[in-house]
Order: sequence, then C-alpha cells, then structure tokens
Amino acid sequence: MNIWLNFLIDSLAFGATFIYGSTGEILTEKAGHLNLGIPGIMCMGGAGGCLILNLVGKSGLPPFLIVILGILGALVFSLLCGMIYSFLTVSLRANQNVTGLTLTTFGVGLSKVIVSKLDPTIYLVGPRKMYRWPFAARQDSLQLLGVLFFAAVIIALASSWILFHTKVGLHLRAVGENPGTADAVGINVTRYKYVATCVGSSIAGLGGFYYIIDYMASQEAYLSVEALGWLSIALVIFALWRPHMTIIGSTVFGILFSLGSYITNVSWIKVTMATTPLLKMLPYVVTILVLIVSSIRNKRENQPPASLGLSYFREER
Amino acid sequence: MSKRDSEARVPLFHLSKRASIEPWKAWLIRVAAVALGLIVCGLVAFLLIEKLQQKPEKIGEFYYTFIKGAFGTTRKFWRFLKNLAVLLCISLALTPAFRMRFWNIGGEGQTLIGVLSAIAVDFYLGGKIPEWILLILMLIAALAAGAAWGVIPALFRAKWGTNETLFTLMMNYVATYLVAYFLVIWVPSGSSSLGKLKNGKLPVIGNENVLIIIVVLLVTAALYIYLSYTKHGYEINVVGESVRTARYVGIKVNRVIIRTMILSGALCGLAGYLIAAGSDQTVTTTSAGGQGFTGILVAWLGKFNPLFMILTAALIQLLNQGANQISQDFGVNNALPNVIVGIILFFVIGCEFFINYEVHFRGHHPEKGAVK
Amino acid sequence: MEKQLALEMRGITKRFGNVVANRNVDLDLYRGEILAVLGENGCGKTTLMNMLAGIYFPDEGTIRINGKEVVIQSPKDAFAHGIGMIHQHFKLVDLFTAAENIVLGVHQEGRYNIREINAEVAKIADRYGFHLDPAKKVYNMSVSEKQTVEIIKVLYRGADILILDEPTAVLTPQEITRLFSVLRRMKEDGKSIIIITHKLNEVMEVSDRVAILRRGEHIATVNTKETDEARLTEMMVGKKVLLNIERLNPVNPVPRLEVKGLNLYSSEGVHVLKDITFSANGGEILGIAGIAGSGQRELLEAISGLQPLESGSIIFNNPKKDQPVTFYHKSLKRVKELGAQDAFHDRNMNPVSFAGMNNKAIRKWVDSGGVLFREDEVMNLRDKTPLEIRQLGVHLSFVPEDRLGMGLVGSMGITDNMMLRSYRKGPAGFLDRKKPKALAEEIIGDLEVVTPGVNTPVRRLSGGNVQKVLVGREIAYTPKVLMAAYPVRGLDINSSYTIYNLLNKQKARGVAVIFVGEDLDVLLELCDRILVMNNGAVSGIVDARTATKEEIGLLMTGTERKEEDHEQA
Repeated sequence: MNIWLNFLIDSLAFGATFIYGSTGEILTEKAGHLNLGIPGIMCMGGAGGCLILNLVGKSGLPPFLIVILGILGALVFSLLCGMIYSFLTVSLRANQNVTGLTLTTFGVGLSKVIVSKLDPTIYLVGPRKMYRWPFAARQDSLQLLGVLFFAAVIIALASSWILFHTKVGLHLRAVGENPGTADAVGINVTRYKYVATCVGSSIAGLGGFYYIIDYMASQEAYLSVEALGWLSIALVIFALWRPHMTIIGSTVFGILFSLGSYITNVSWIKVTMATTPLLKMLPYVVTILVLIVSSIRNKRENQPPASLGLSYFREER
Repeated sequence: MSKRDSEARVPLFHLSKRASIEPWKAWLIRVAAVALGLIVCGLVAFLLIEKLQQKPEKIGEFYYTFIKGAFGTTRKFWRFLKNLAVLLCISLALTPAFRMRFWNIGGEGQTLIGVLSAIAVDFYLGGKIPEWILLILMLIAALAAGAAWGVIPALFRAKWGTNETLFTLMMNYVATYLVAYFLVIWVPSGSSSLGKLKNGKLPVIGNENVLIIIVVLLVTAALYIYLSYTKHGYEINVVGESVRTARYVGIKVNRVIIRTMILSGALCGLAGYLIAAGSDQTVTTTSAGGQGFTGILVAWLGKFNPLFMILTAALIQLLNQGANQISQDFGVNNALPNVIVGIILFFVIGCEFFINYEVHFRGHHPEKGAVK
Repeated sequence: MEKQLALEMRGITKRFGNVVANRNVDLDLYRGEILAVLGENGCGKTTLMNMLAGIYFPDEGTIRINGKEVVIQSPKDAFAHGIGMIHQHFKLVDLFTAAENIVLGVHQEGRYNIREINAEVAKIADRYGFHLDPAKKVYNMSVSEKQTVEIIKVLYRGADILILDEPTAVLTPQEITRLFSVLRRMKEDGKSIIIITHKLNEVMEVSDRVAILRRGEHIATVNTKETDEARLTEMMVGKKVLLNIERLNPVNPVPRLEVKGLNLYSSEGVHVLKDITFSANGGEILGIAGIAGSGQRELLEAISGLQPLESGSIIFNNPKKDQPVTFYHKSLKRVKELGAQDAFHDRNMNPVSFAGMNNKAIRKWVDSGGVLFREDEVMNLRDKTPLEIRQLGVHLSFVPEDRLGMGLVGSMGITDNMMLRSYRKGPAGFLDRKKPKALAEEIIGDLEVVTPGVNTPVRRLSGGNVQKVLVGREIAYTPKVLMAAYPVRGLDINSSYTIYNLLNKQKARGVAVIFVGEDLDVLLELCDRILVMNNGAVSGIVDARTATKEEIGLLMTGTERKEEDHEQA
C-alpha cells in the first residue's frame, strides 16, 4: 500500500484521540465551563479501562465482553472525575481554572499510581484484536481504524447534531452563553451544567482509553496521554467550538504529529533529528494563529461561549 | 393549611452570598478543610498502598512521614526551603497578572524559556568569559526571554482581546518543544540529555540553597511593596477590579496589561534562572516541573497576597515532599504527591464556598442566626 | 361578570443581608385586569415581582394562584403557574435568533424544527401587529425589537399572568401606544397584567387599579378611575411633592464649557449623539432631561474624554487668573514655556520670569504656590483622553451613573477610592496615602457617611453612602465643571437633599454644574436651565424657572417639536 495512504490512515487513527478529548471539552465549554482537568480525566479514563482489563483479562470471559467492560471502566473513572469537577465548580462555584488544574494534577498522578501496578502484558492478548474490527483481519494500515475510531467520529457528529439541531442543544448553548436568561426561561441550569460536564468528561476519558489500548496498544502509552489532553483543549479553539470540526482538526493535528516519522520518505526534504520537535510544536502554533485570527475577525459565532469561566449564582446582586 | 404541609414545600435549603465573614472563621473553615483532606488522603492511601492494607496500624507512620519528608534531616529541610523558594518565585511572578484578572497560565512556559535561555548563554559562552559576566548575561537572557513569552499574549489581548487563558496555555507547549529542539541540536548523540554544564553556577553562600532563598525572599518583599504601595500596583488593582473605572480615571489599560505581563514573564524568567544557575546547570523539557501550574494554585490559595503565599507555597511544598517520602518508604509510584496535593486542594477549593456563601436550611430563621 | 382573584400575595417579606427590600406586602390581582405597581426607584417593586417570577424566594409570606397556595422556587415553577415576566434588562441570548429565544425552555411534543417554529412565531407577531423577523439574531436588533421578542416569548408560553417591568422606559411614543393596545387586547382575552412603572400618565392611561409601594411596603391599592395623579403621587412619595430645593440666583455666569456640533457613533455604528450644541455656564446648574437612553450617558462620557467623537468641538474656557500652578498640572517644560510667554505672576501681580533659574529653583518656586496664572485659557477637549484633559489642568469632575462599576472600586476602601483621581500626584513610584486618608476622613465627617472605617470596602456601604463618597471625591477636586449622572437615583430623601446642597454649593463657587436627572420635579426646582434630549439630539433648552413639566415632557418624547430659541440664559 502507498506510504502516503498509510500516513493518512495513521494520522486519522492517531487523531481520534483528539476527537474524543475535544468533543468532550466542547460539550463542557458549551455549558460555560472551561475544564482544564481534561488531561487528568483522559489519564483517569485510560487508567480505569486498564484496571478493568487487568481484573477481567485472564478470567476467560469472551473477548467481546472484556472490551465492553474495559470501556465501561474508562467511562466510570472519567465520569467520577467529571463529577468532582462539576460538584466543585457548579455547586460550590469554585474557580474553574484552579479546579481544572487541580483535577489534572490529581488525575495524572492517580492514573500513574494505578497503572504502574498493573501487568503491562495483558492487553497484547485477546482483547486487542477486538478493537480493530472491522479491519482486524487485514495486514495493512487500514487495520489501525478500529471500532473505537468510528465511535469517535460518530460521537463527534452526534454531538454536533445535538448541539445545533435539537432542543437540548439549544438549551445547553443558552446555558453557556447566558445562564441568567436560561434560568429565567425555566431551564435547569445546574442540571445542564452537570450533565454536559459529566458526559463530556466520559467522552474524553474514553479518548485516553482509546489511545492506550487501541492506537498504541501499549500500557506505556499512558505517559503521553496528558500532553494529548492539553492538545485536545487547543483543538477546541481550532474547531471553533463545533464538534464535527474536530474531525478535520484532529486529522490535521494527527498529520503534524506523525509527519516526523513519514517525512524521511521524501527525498527532497533534508530531514534532521531536529525537525521532529518543530513539527510537534506546529499544532500549538497553528492553534495560536487560529485563536488570533478569530479574535481579529471577531465574528460573534466563532467566539468562546460568553459565560465561559464564570460561575452562576441566581441571586447575585 | 397545616404548618407541616406548607413547610414541606419550602425548598430544603437556599443560598445567599455573605456580606462579610470574620477572618478567624474563614481560617477555621480552611484549616478544617485541610484536616478533612488529610483524613481522605489516609483513606485513599489504604486503597493504593499494600503495606498499609497489610498493617493498618502503620497509618500513624503515614502521617508522620509527611513531616519527615520535609524536616527529617537537615539536607531535606534545606531542599524543602529551596524548592519552596522556587515555587514561591513562580507563584509571585503570576500574582500581578492575576490581580489584574489576566489569567496567565503560561508560567510553566515562561519559566522554561527562562531556563532554556540561561542555559543557552551558558552553553555557548561558558568558559570563554569570566564567570561573573556569564552569570549576569544568563540572568539578562532569562529575564528577557520570560518577559517576551509573557508579553506576546498580552499584546494580542490588548490589541484584539485574544483570549489570554488559551494563548498562554499554548505558549507552554511551544516552549517545551523549543527546548526539545535545542536539545537535539546541542546533543547530537541522540540521547537528548544535556549533562550538567561546568560553568554558570551561582556562588555558594553557606550552602548552595541559601542564595536562592535570599533572592526569593527579596522578591517577595519587593512584590508585596510593589502591589500595595506603588502607583503601578494601584493601577493593577484598579484594572483588575473594573476596566471601566480604569478608563474613567484615565489609566491606560492596555499599557498596564502589557507592562504587568512583562513583569510577570520576567519574574518567571528569574525563577528559570534560579533553576538553571542555582541548582540544575542543565535544561530538560521538564525543567519547570509543572510548577508553573502549581504556582497558579499557590497564588490563588494565597488570595494573591505575597505574604499569605509564603504559607500556601509552604503547605503545598510540604505535601509534595512528604508524599514523595511516602512513595519511597511505602514503595508507591512517585506520582503519589500529585494525588495527595490534588485531594487536599479539592477540599481547600471547595471550602471557599462556605466562606463566600451562607446556606440557610429549612426552618432556620435568619433573625436567630444573625445573632453573632 | 364577577371578578375572580388570579393572584394573592400575603405578608411577603424579602431581605438582602440587612436591607429589607419588601416588608409584609399584600397584593391582589384579578382576572382580566391591568394592575399598575407604582413606586419610586428602589421602593421594592422589581424585587416583589421577581419573587413571582422565581428569581428570588421570599423569606416570609404566602402566594396563592387561583386560590391555591403555591411555592415558586424557580422561573420554571413560575411558568408552570402561568406567570411570565418581561424584565427591564432583557433576558435574551444575543447569539440566538428571535425564534430560538422564544422557544427556549418550552417543552413541547414532537421534533424540534426551527422552520415550523419560525412560522409559528411569525403568526403570533402578525396577530398582535408586531414586526419581527424570527430568524434575525438578537445582537443585530434594536431595543424595541428585543422587547417585542420578550413579549412574544411570554405569549408563546400562554402565560395567564404577565408582569412587565418598566416596559416603556426605552420605547418611543408610537411604540408605547402600540404596546398599550396589545396589553388591552390581552386583558380582553382574560389575561391578568401587572405593569411596573413610575410614570403616572401611563398608570392613568392603561391601568384598572394601582398598587402603591413605598420603601418596600404596600401603601394602598386603589381603582384608577377613582383617583388622580396628585393623590397617587402623594401616596407614592408619602407627602405632597413640595421639594423645596434651594435655588440660588446665578452670580455672574460666564460660559465655561461650549459644546458645538457633537456627533458620536456607538461601536455598533448607531448614531447616538446627533449634532449636540449647548453651553454650560459657570455658576449655573444645567439640567439634562430625557427618556432613559436618549444619549445622556454618551454625552457626559464624550465630554470627559471616554468616547471617540465623529465630529464637533468641546471648548473649555478657563479664566485662571488666580490659580496657583502645580507640577501636577503642568510639566516642568511646559511651565518654562509659559514662563517665557509671561503667563505667570506672583501674588503682588508682578510678572514672574524664570529666566536664569535652574530647574530645582523653579520647582521650589512653583511648589510654594507663589506662581499664579495670568492668562485665560481656551482649550478644545476633543480627542483628548481623560488623562490628557487632566494634564491640561482642566478641572472636570464626573459623577457617573454606574457608581461601583465606574466611579468607584467596590473592593477598595474609601481612602484608596479617594486616590483614584489623585494617585499620580507626588514623586514617581510610591503612593501617598496620607492626603487621601485625610480627605476620606473629611468626607466621612462632612457628609455624614456611615461606615465602619476608611478601609472598609465601599461595596459594603449603602447606596446613599456610596454616592456621598463618590460626589465628595469629585467635589474635593475643586472642579470648574461638575457633571453628575442620576446622582440621586436610589437614594433616600435625606441623602438626596445632601446631594442637592452639594451641587448648589458648587454652583455658588462658580462651577458649571451639569445635572442629568430623571425626576422632572427635581430638575425644575434645582436647575437654572434644562436641556432636553430626545433620541440622541437636543430637542430644546428651556428656562427652568418658567418651564412647565408638560412642556419638557413633550420635548422629551419629541411629539411636538418646535424650534425653541436655544440660548435663553
């Protein structure tokens, strides 16, 4: 198969991590909460999934069930993190930046403590193949696109559809834009904030699990999940707060990240070891450029949700 | 309608914002939160540490180890003071920006670029010029680089209102990969680990930690005076409170933002210099070690008051070092400090709510409650 | 038809901290009637209504709807009981279209289909004669369009009880007429309507009954037909409106501030000030009247250098004859330049020349206060920032409408707030808190400010005390021009009179006072001349000693615009 097709598919598969992370973050931000805990949540999702796989991996259950249980583990762990975050920022009106950063500290730390105790060889047996369906039997790079890759795309598209074409989405966006107004028309602001944050966290946590178990298929991969979490937050800006745009954005980010290992195949580019860090820097630089350009163009629809970062208290006077 | 019926339909509790609270009460709440956090840490430790599961009576030792980690030996105590100083320096650097409500979460990058610049000067000029000139050049490079890293987002914020939280966050990673880039260039072998450089080491007074501690103490005092007693500090407070008021009295808001971010970035650069010339003599992508983020928590917990921040930085450093000791003594992954600090901070963050708000429960009559 | 009670409020009390916003209020509303809730600013009208709308929860008291006791904990509960409130500050999501805002929070069967909703909204709009594009984004809308969206929002929900909070404050007379006809149509439909207002003519025109609130308490509810404006006013204010504000005759008025052909566009491109021309004289109080949002705020901000002008000039005449020079107002370089032009004299009227003196000697000489200005100054303040105006030595004081958001810093104490104007004084670098502290103590003493101390955050003070601090500071600056926007809004009677007296003292000092007010009675008794604004333009300048309320009212609404002779001072 063509090397460049491999490259594209690799980028797509890698990018799916960001689709999860940033779709989760977008849902949270649309409710007015800047969740800087996403990196920690993604780590915890990965750790939760790994923990369950460790518990049930050798139990002789059918691989299919093991996979499902692993996913459930990832969802539960990241949901718990989301609940800590939303309890502190929604109910207790804590500062969102500080809470998020603390959650990242906590989540990254706890996931390391958990994963370091697990048996790293367990994933290489049975369950691994399961994620790769429908391309599991293939020997080419297409087998990189497994079930969880397609799930990411579907989740992003569904999130966009819910946000922009349903009543629930309308209400959620209203909460993030102007919670006072949403409250005045009888929308349960607290509930929307909780649900959006928790669902968003779960999605992001699944991303951490996907990266460790599916894309990298190596437990050691948990060490780089934190960096991917920060990149996911960057991607939210790149996608202009639209989940479906994260599919494009994550592919671009994926391309920039995998370029380092493919670019050696281009004869007319002189590649040195120093190119890789610069290429890895590019996603951040591009994000900064997008941030600047959208602030200069100042189009209302492309701005962060108006109440992002602010706590809401009805009787504020 | 019976009394019971009508009470049943009154909400269980409702909240109101406190007009004020006595300081001792606020501190009592905070201390209680830390205590509660420590208890939860103990519970979590049971889940994570096998040794404790086998011998629950060792829980006392668990708490004792916290203190031991920081104060156990003279060397540990000095290390505690030095790490505290560096963390405090970064927190102090961020403070003027936060007072202005400019969310500089780029302390990590500003510090790292400071380390990188100082080491770059050291790498290229070390041994070729007198040591004291080298140290001064390193300082200038670190300050300038940190200031530049801080002022870039400020310029865009001033001109186009670009979101500074996200911008400064991204700048952290640009700095990280810039370090990775230079490491590849400087260390051709591919190990991408630059050993300790021979030159560019701050003079030793007493022991190698003393000078760092003195510098940070001076910065603390200077910043406290700057924020409370100078015109610049006053302008920062006005801008932070209300941009409209600032315009009304003729303060050039953009100038204040840019000036303050130069200061904030330069102080981060200073922290980077202390790391580079004071202890490490080398640079890695993790030279700042997450302290740019921890510094935000320190500053916020200390209410952006440099004097309080000495206490909050000490608390966090104590937890960090104590938990580190625990992970050694009890054989746990070295990420344990993050877990412990995270748990305590959750409680401290949460307790602010009870300081700022009052919860009225059903059947509670404010007249009675108001007697204080 | 026998009248049925739609709503009963009994013994409602609401406190905010130590402030009692409503005390033991009873209120009845019948089906198919329009009830006006009348009261001065800050009498608790809006708070009372917010408890019906679920924004606040009462501390004491019961609410019955159609005879059944209810608990309204949230706006959702309010809707469930058929109560819809149109707030004074519109509760709309700017980023959404009209239709999206209207369906927000409505739970209905079937799929969410924005096209169908658009059609439905358009239908309601047509039925009541509103003009509204359902797909228009709110951030593109004018104020009256936004209000239309708010009203349709409530109608769409099929509310039986409608509460309108000062709905006419921002409308043109035609829009008010249309609004009232809609309200009457809804009344015939059997809906009950509460309209909060402090405008008596509207009460008389549209309501069936009037409930009067005063200082958070319910005074009476009367049938509109059986009362008149005088009696309502009496109940509202508590005594006959004999304000008895002192008014001195202007002594030797000289033109101090001349505004010519001022044009200003807002950042959204709206023409907010249209060709404004007037002059403010020293030793006079110039009142500015107009419906809220007619450009009063923008005008004052433009004069004080906070708004970039499109065209026009703001000329400041400054007879400085005996003003000592300080380095706060003039740089050393400028003092030398002026000295070379013989602009200074000493106390014995001998010319002062700095020739041959070194900088230090000049500084000493000037700091001793021995150098006085000889020349008058005429300056154009256009395109000058507030700081530049200050550096020119123009003593222009401005008491803005938004006291804690603009005039003062809420989290700072009185001392630090005193410094806002003067902190640049003195040597570079450090703040001097001694003089501001002395000033703070002086103001606390002179104006009887109730505060625990000079360092208590001003946010914790009551509205009247906050205003005393602000006005006190602005006056301490020995202004030549003093502009005050709604300085007595929300203040009790005593504090209001303190403010009137302060303004009069400034007038006697020869200051040109500009007073933006909303209460016409106050304007007519306090001011010498009244400039009336309508929709961003000057619709007339009248002599306050001879003008009548009706005359000003007409100018405000622009209904009967006559070319008045503008300058009759």
